Amino acid sequence: MGAIYRREIGAYFTSGVAYVFLTVFYLLSGVFFYNQVLLSGYTDTSPMFSSMFIIVLFLIPILTMRLLSEEKKNRTDQGLLTAPISLWSIVLGKYFAALTLFIVAESIVFVYAMILSYLGTVVWASLLGNYFAMLILGAAFIAIGVFISSLTENQMTSAVISMVVLFFLYLFDSITNNLQNETIKKMIASLSFYTKYIEFTQGVFNLTSVLFYLSTAFLFNFFTVRVLEKRRWG
Amino acid sequence: MIEVKNLTKKYGDHEAVKGISFTVNEGEILGFLGPNGAGKSTTMNMLTGYISSTSGQILINGTDILEDPKKAKSNIGYLPEIPPVYVDMTVDGYLNFMYDLKKCRLPRKAHLNDVCSLTKISDVRNRLIRNLSKGYRQRVGLAQALINNPPVLILDEPTVGLDPNQIIEIRTLIKKLGKKHTIILSSHILPEIQAVCDRIIIINKGEVAADGTADEIAKNLTNEHKMTIRIEGSTRTAADRDTITDAIRALDHIKYVRADMEREKGIYDYDVESDGTTDVRRDINALCRRNNWNILQLQLSDLTLEDIFLKITMGESVTGDKNGNGSNVNIEFENGEAVLENDTAETDTQNDNGGEQ
Repeated sequence: MGAIYRREIGAYFTSGVAYVFLTVFYLLSGVFFYNQVLLSGYTDTSPMFSSMFIIVLFLIPILTMRLLSEEKKNRTDQGLLTAPISLWSIVLGKYFAALTLFIVAESIVFVYAMILSYLGTVVWASLLGNYFAMLILGAAFIAIGVFISSLTENQMTSAVISMVVLFFLYLFDSITNNLQNETIKKMIASLSFYTKYIEFTQGVFNLTSVLFYLSTAFLFNFFTVRVLEKRRWG
Repeated sequence: MIEVKNLTKKYGDHEAVKGISFTVNEGEILGFLGPNGAGKSTTMNMLTGYISSTSGQILINGTDILEDPKKAKSNIGYLPEIPPVYVDMTVDGYLNFMYDLKKCRLPRKAHLNDVCSLTKISDVRNRLIRNLSKGYRQRVGLAQALINNPPVLILDEPTVGLDPNQIIEIRTLIKKLGKKHTIILSSHILPEIQAVCDRIIIINKGEVAADGTADEIAKNLTNEHKMTIRIEGSTRTAADRDTITDAIRALDHIKYVRADMEREKGIYDYDVESDGTTDVRRDINALCRRNNWNILQLQLSDLTLEDIFLKITMGESVTGDKNGNGSNVNIEFENGEAVLENDTAETDTQNDNGGEQ
């Protein structure tokens, strides 16, 4: 797992994906920070975090699009799958590489916190809670992205499908508005990524939501392993 | 070292590999020969655990590849048809990655230096693989397979895309590696298989069509024995030609004799074909001694690998005797290793009819 993790981190930087990802992430989060925190006159960072859901949604596919699709396309997966390692370590090596870059990106909020600390008192509880919420949101979305990347040989296809799927998860809630049936409404709401995330930004630390995101992450990594496994038997 | 039992692979209804069985002994270089799409790569992919077999068993060094894939895979170095190199890495970065991936315990620097000098890539180690030629990528792929000194090497068409000099280098290297490793090599280049392999398995339509040394396979395919003999008669004139032809024809078990061109002054070559029940060389030798003739040259011209290959894969009778067969490949067995005797580069079966006209 370590070898694959290190290679992927290296590949993010040599391919330039890391620079694009970090630049766009820092730029957009900076805009939100300026507009929704600095201009508002409050040191609470929650409004910034709630807006950042949409950045995460569009940027994560850029991190994950290449991970497994390129291996298949360039036949480098033959090197990985014939090495004496398990499928889990291949998938998790790649998954954690993407997650690491995401953590590097979102940790920019600590720079914002330092800026805020000159202007007033930082609400650390809110900041850390939001930071954690975004972390597990990213963990779930990256797993979905890696899974979609394992289904295709083309990284653009992988990126587009991931964006559509994640955007659909975001829009999931708005479907409920037009529904009459309370049970279905409840069911859909309980699967909503957005509602759960927004709860965190409102200061509610819900353990169910934490479990929801983490089990999504686990489940999709598991699916990815199954895809690789199935390809061997295909 | 490698044991394969009743291996099959189905893709839906299509059966790519149909019940292949063979064993490879330690230190043997086995050649997989077959036309494109015969199931060579599929078999190799199953041997290395890249894909699973539909049924059958593969034992690598006694370990079942499906039961304990990690252990079995750690015994194999694999060079697939397309070398699995990451073009965005340098050669050195890539080899270090493979070193880690294979959980190699050998001293890193010394081992990688060894592998690089064996495959002659030491001078490109700091270059991006993206910028390397096909030949170099192939050698990086081979270097990768050698990491961790696996006892088994599986090489899928290792010389594809190389120039003639590099092909010879790689062949020499494979023969050298054959002393310490068990090697399975696939190719559809016949001279290559002949030059390098101890044993040949011909795969056709997913089945083992032949298994053995080139000579054994040839013998199984035909019970005719052909040879060309250059005999110096007593008078060294054209008159010898008929005397000798008739004398040989009078021997037992001779099916066919024909005097060929005058190769030296007054000395002729004779094409002789026996019915295959006995070895007639001794009888001919005795005949010559009785008459004070001298045998100056005797060359067996049984089926060449090329004839065998065509015969098996085309499924029709390419006997190789009628057309005299232009390929002058001749295999000599020295210490169990097949050595390519004559140059086959000028092989041209269509035009060169052995000077019969």
